[in-house]
Amino acid sequence: MANTGPESQTILVVGGGIAGITAAVEVAETGYDVILLERDPSLGGRVTRFARYFPKLCHPTCGLEINYQRIKKNSQIKVITMATVAAVSGQRGNFTVTVETQPRHVNAKCTACGDCARATEMEVPNPFNYGLDRTRAAHLPHEHAFPMRYVIAPEAAANGEGEKMKAACKYGAIDLDEKPETFEIKVGAIIWATGWKPYDAAKITAYAYDLSPDIISNVEMERLAAHDGPTGGRILRPSDGEPAKRVALIQCAGSRDVNHLPYCSRICCLGSLKHAAYLREQYADAEADIYYIDIRAHDKLEAFYNRLKADPQVHFIKSKPGHIEIGDDGRPVIRGEHTLSREIYETPYDLVVLATGMEPTAAADYRPPVELIQDEYGFIVPDDGVDGGMIAAGVAGGPLDVSMSVQSATAAALKAIQAVRGV
Amino acid sequence: MEERKPGVYLCRGCGIDEAVSVDDLEQVAGTELKVPTCRQHDCLCSDEGVETIARDIAEGTVNQAIIGACSGRVMTDRFQFNGTSVIRANLREQVAWSQPAGDENTQMLAADNLRMGIAQAAKTVTPEASAEGETSSTILVCGGGITGLSAAREAVRAGHAVVLVERSDTLGGWAAQWSKRMPFRPPYRDPQDNDVAALIAEVSGNASVTVMPDTVVTRTEGSPGRFSVTLSQGGAEKIETVGAIVVATGWRPYDASRLGHLGYGTSPDVVTGVELEGMLGAGPVQRKSDGKAAKTVAFIQCAGSRDPDHLPYCSSICCAVSIKQALQIVEADPEASAFIIFDELRTPGTAEEFYRQAQEAGVIFMKGKVKGVDADLKVVYDDELLGDDIPLEGLDMVVLATGMVPNSTNPEAAAAESGADQLVDDIDPEAPIAIAGYKGGNGDGAAAEDAAQTPGDGGEDGNGDGDAEPALPGGPILNLQYRQGPHIPILADGFADSHYICFPYETRRTGIYTCGPVRRPMDMAESAEDAAGAVLKAIQALRNAGMGASVHPRVGDLSLPKIGLDICTKCRRCTVECPFGAIDEDENDYPILNPSRCRRCGTCMGACPVRTINFDNYNVQMVSDMIGAVEVPDEFSEKPRILILACENDAYPALDMAGINRHQYSPFVRVVPVRCLGSVTMLWISTALEKGFDGIMLMGCKSGDDYQCHFIKGSGIAKERMEKVGETLKSLMLEEERVAVEEISIADSGHVPNVINSFADRIVEIGFNPFKGF
Repeated sequence: MANTGPESQTILVVGGGIAGITAAVEVAETGYDVILLERDPSLGGRVTRFARYFPKLCHPTCGLEINYQRIKKNSQIKVITMATVAAVSGQRGNFTVTVETQPRHVNAKCTACGDCARATEMEVPNPFNYGLDRTRAAHLPHEHAFPMRYVIAPEAAANGEGEKMKAACKYGAIDLDEKPETFEIKVGAIIWATGWKPYDAAKITAYAYDLSPDIISNVEMERLAAHDGPTGGRILRPSDGEPAKRVALIQCAGSRDVNHLPYCSRICCLGSLKHAAYLREQYADAEADIYYIDIRAHDKLEAFYNRLKADPQVHFIKSKPGHIEIGDDGRPVIRGEHTLSREIYETPYDLVVLATGMEPTAAADYRPPVELIQDEYGFIVPDDGVDGGMIAAGVAGGPLDVSMSVQSATAAALKAIQAVRGV
Repeated sequence: MEERKPGVYLCRGCGIDEAVSVDDLEQVAGTELKVPTCRQHDCLCSDEGVETIARDIAEGTVNQAIIGACSGRVMTDRFQFNGTSVIRANLREQVAWSQPAGDENTQMLAADNLRMGIAQAAKTVTPEASAEGETSSTILVCGGGITGLSAAREAVRAGHAVVLVERSDTLGGWAAQWSKRMPFRPPYRDPQDNDVAALIAEVSGNASVTVMPDTVVTRTEGSPGRFSVTLSQGGAEKIETVGAIVVATGWRPYDASRLGHLGYGTSPDVVTGVELEGMLGAGPVQRKSDGKAAKTVAFIQCAGSRDPDHLPYCSSICCAVSIKQALQIVEADPEASAFIIFDELRTPGTAEEFYRQAQEAGVIFMKGKVKGVDADLKVVYDDELLGDDIPLEGLDMVVLATGMVPNSTNPEAAAAESGADQLVDDIDPEAPIAIAGYKGGNGDGAAAEDAAQTPGDGGEDGNGDGDAEPALPGGPILNLQYRQGPHIPILADGFADSHYICFPYETRRTGIYTCGPVRRPMDMAESAEDAAGAVLKAIQALRNAGMGASVHPRVGDLSLPKIGLDICTKCRRCTVECPFGAIDEDENDYPILNPSRCRRCGTCMGACPVRTINFDNYNVQMVSDMIGAVEVPDEFSEKPRILILACENDAYPALDMAGINRHQYSPFVRVVPVRCLGSVTMLWISTALEKGFDGIMLMGCKSGDDYQCHFIKGSGIAKERMEKVGETLKSLMLEEERVAVEEISIADSGHVPNVINSFADRIVEIGFNPFKGF
């Protein structure tokens, strides 16, 4: 590559979560063209499904709003949703990338007026809320969706409901016949910001995730606490809709466990501390028990840990629970042994939240169709130089919190720019 | 500017036509306000609709498009016409979607939103880039450790020249002393070779890098694109012009002499982790006292960290460092044994593999808190597993895993290192989580008061007024010649300022980016990455300075506050309140703007008592005219009017999303988006009251400890200003409750209608503004 200039200086960012969004805007704001691909109908990835961030307990959409405005105002960023990379060929400075898009059945003429949703009674599980509730078969992914455009569930497009939606649309925005498409783009460097998915809690059989609706994962807890979630932000038991006042938060559900995820997912401790805060915010008489091995509140996040430790209704129990059963009254019961006192416990709860870890998407349901250096867990190993022209950003490269993902993505933006400069 | 040719374009789509009479709105624009070009369209954002506008612009009949349609937050890309000024009047989210259709009040709201848009257009000028002359693309990197070296390398790879200054006489910083480094590549199990020598060679051998050892920065003047820095190398001064600055001044180990209770100073064989690194590099580890091999070694974690009497935070890397050192000891000598006594073992991410490796290699981990270490190296710790105090004897050496103290101030003139003493006024890390119904443990606020007492121990506050940034302990790093003092602002825990969740590189000093352990405790691999991120931000800052454009969050904004010195009273409020230190004072005490430091929030505009600070496209008169454009019915109509000044990043989107969810709220509100509550001037309040508005509500972001304002201080400043408005209201014989400041977050789409409705109810209870109709 030394003497030939790059064929393309465009940078492709794969994944539109916080890392991909950050990488894309940082690249574009340094003067380079960027294409941002997102598999979902809207950007924001995992963070847009969080109710709030630790340690400030502020809302992810606040920072996302700024980032979306940055995208809207910058003609050098092209966003393509419902898109994945199907193939990559070529090398740094001259990649040919095959992009595959799935049908949204709603085209760019959509104004987000909502007539299509009102035209149908058909409902589908709501992917934004991890299926905790249902949504209209034609829907805006969520109130802060960007792009602000509706999407029609494939099952609705195929039956008569689709025709009703199409008839209701005044703007000719509905295309029921839309098919998956592939097309090629030329880019000079690729940032893989493919992020993570929550580890499948059902795989931890001892924790009975499948046996009770009141045993949920940490990402589902975020939706329960979110104002735009299935309960309007109230922490209610999924089984009966009653307030959850006795709540267990189980750390390392799958993480730090050679049978599941051998590594530490870094964010779960702080996430659970945050969940305890959510709970105590809502119910003065609520009690939270946090079962843990080590509380990993790194750097200044220690202060957040101290704030929760000072609460007499938040209890820290050093123990990795043995198993969870369903009690006679239907409540989940946690059994195990205190690591410190060796006492056996058997405690019923209204709600059990499993702090499941982060599994790299690139190891789970989307493997990049190109040879990357990945560790045994699927995290993409950083390439110290820029020779390969492919860079990982955010959790694609390792378990990180939001701030560290942004840091990683900003660095990745620079590496990608270096790669296309043809140095 | 050329003659204004406004055109009004009204959309009938998305339910607007059902909610209001668009014909009547056209009458307001055309007949009442005499806008020469007024058009309607069934779907203005369609190709055909956009073409309608584009045609008028192309034909020269319109040079300002006032679009009465959806919120200005959407379809921004559709309604963009080559720099023609576009004004958006929100008729969809905040009218058609949040008000009952066909209601008289809905029509009045729509008409007022349109009137405000037309008034806005009459006072806006599309800003043009101000030419500022040459800018430098050189980046100054302060600090020659792993972070600074990495920054230099990354900047050069991106095509920039670098001046790298290092306080000591050699490059490499602490990393140069490490025998091995922590694993950062799979399988993450073994200490890796320390490759810092290669990095030093690469950087110092690069012709684009000017390496200056033995050098400190004695003065920094200017602004992004043109910083003038005075570098003192062994006393000889030279001035360099640089475009941006990366601060990678790193850290120093916590002063172990304060750890007498852990045996430091009582026995030469109680050493710090940093001291042990030196020994590990020199061969088999020997006791300082008698030269015997150190075969049995105990590591004490959190020595001075996570301790209210010392460093309150976790230094993040000490656990992994001790693991590395323990592994090196047991692997060098199979007979050696290593104990790690910890409270919480913190090896996040794949460092867990490193922990696992140490356990498999026979390193013994013991959970407990060390109570003391005596001169015979007896370690007594409270074993939490056994529930008793356990003595650990027969040790050859005790290693204290001391934490990281950021060099956010000059370590040669260091501040005292003692936990709470380090706290400045930003954030009280111990404060209970201040949320409804939840006060944490001891919500008596005592901690906050303690924290507010800043020890002003002779920090060089260049101005001495004391009313700007608080005086920080310790000498400055860059010695900024800014009105707001010589320091880079630091956070409560002593680390350099950073908007540390969403935008970790954003600091309050534009064009100056901190990275590495000065920003947050981090290891070598992370520091190198952080350096790359900071370099990118530095490149953007100098690039934007060259274009006359703003950096984050109003990226690309060309507008600038124009200060009319003819009526300036030299009150200094703008220079004091600017969150970014963008405004200095000249020799005659007049404010002088450093354009490329400015982030365009408008806090100066809000501060100015004589309203002589304005932007071309956002100014005091513009918003006053918008307020004045609202039709205020007389009191007999029983239709109050409430002005809402809403932060455009959070409260305004929340109002939009209330509409998206079809939540309805009082039709009596008139919403004006503002760049930041900090830009709100008292004149707007008095204009509204004189006009006959019955209530005024400012909606902005959370201020205080966990502030959410993207201009850091804007919402807090607004709150302070409004506390004083009560007196003014009283003097006008008006009730204080007529003006309220409400914290509204972007997630308040469900809550904001209640806030509006209850304020409207309260205003009705108080009664109508007696000035109405005068």
